[in-house]
Amino acid sequence: MAEVHFTSHLRNLVPDGPLSASGATVGEALTNLLAVQPHVRGYVLDDRGALRQHVCIFADGERLSRDSALSRRIGPDSKLYIMQALSGG
Amino acid sequence: MSDHLLVATRKGLFTLERKRSGWTANLIGFAGIPVTNALRDNGTIYTALKHGHFGPKLHRSDDDGESWRALAPPAFPADAAGAPSLFQIWSLDTGGRHHPDRLWIGAIPAGLFRSDDRGESWQFVASLWNVPERARWFGGGYDAAGIHSVSPDPRDADRVFIAISCGGVWETRDDGASWSVLGKGLFAPYVPPEQAEDSAIQDPHRVVRCAAAPDVMWMQHHAGIYRSADAGAHWTRLSLPCDDFGFAVVAHPRDAQTAWFVPAIKDEIRMPRDGAFGVTRTNDGGKTWQVMREGLPQRDAYDLIYRHGLDVDESGERLAMGSTTGALWTSENSGARWQLVNAHLPPIYAVRFV
Repeated sequence: MAEVHFTSHLRNLVPDGPLSASGATVGEALTNLLAVQPHVRGYVLDDRGALRQHVCIFADGERLSRDSALSRRIGPDSKLYIMQALSGG
Repeated sequence: MSDHLLVATRKGLFTLERKRSGWTANLIGFAGIPVTNALRDNGTIYTALKHGHFGPKLHRSDDDGESWRALAPPAFPADAAGAPSLFQIWSLDTGGRHHPDRLWIGAIPAGLFRSDDRGESWQFVASLWNVPERARWFGGGYDAAGIHSVSPDPRDADRVFIAISCGGVWETRDDGASWSVLGKGLFAPYVPPEQAEDSAIQDPHRVVRCAAAPDVMWMQHHAGIYRSADAGAHWTRLSLPCDDFGFAVVAHPRDAQTAWFVPAIKDEIRMPRDGAFGVTRTNDGGKTWQVMREGLPQRDAYDLIYRHGLDVDESGERLAMGSTTGALWTSENSGARWQLVNAHLPPIYAVRFV
């Protein structure tokens, strides 16, 4: 099971501390995780299921490009960080 | 003290003039058009625009806004890696005393451009765009990384310091032929922990230096306030008695121990704590801080000061700041007391004493 950390900006939606998710890709792990945390789905993915423009995912230390993030292959020991872009002001 | 101020806003370029009756604001050009920055150098005003539909533009006036002439804005060359397109002119700075005809533009995406003919033509600084670390830069404030601080070293014609959100702080010592990433001691809590000390992903919101002591630099970082005493190589995070999130910072032109910041609640909130607006100042290099509130709204205030929205004049006594809600204040006594000049300007991107 991959370890999934969420940005502190979503702390009121996601419990503190890493969650676990199974899946062979980032997208599968997210799908499985969001099935048990359905209220978070719309914060990470848009209404078409694509990664939101200002959400960025790191997998095992690598910042994934938005276009290919969900198809990135991961292993059972992978660490995912779901972070926000530093946008706005 | 300077009696004139340029004010770049969401809906045009204003000047502020101090007369016997106080400061008055005048719209001098580009009504309705976002002005992302403005600079007056050697009698010429340069104005960077970002038309909503028609992209970034650059204009100059040699008669203080009576008439304007369009300049060709900088452009990324066709062979620049990644085929970027200019989204915004973010910073506009002089070349410093060694290069009187030079101007610098920091852009979004994070391209650096140089003109050696006062804005008539622009050269893309490919050496910076091609640093391998650029692969790790990312957007802060906008979708793409951008350059907002460009600071020529007044002691050395070949040395220039820049800061990138989010790409860290960089320096050239050979007039732009090569660049080194600086920034030891900076810490980014917004990336996975093992990358938090990576110099090339830091988000310096704004970096300024003391004109009389150019090795002394002050940084408002996305996560905290820092000072460097060695021209950006090493940074020390300063401890404040109040919020240390914000965007703007200015340095006293002569006193290396004095700087001003404008705090807000970090970083997903970005508004004054409890609706009470203040400015923080240190006079001892960051050991102690005063939060100055006199003349500033202390309830129901949601003003935020952007990166270029705070300035200090050559005297170090007079300050001005303009907010996202269109309020503009000045101070005559180093921030101890503020006067509201206008509460109803468009959202303010930049103020600059001229």
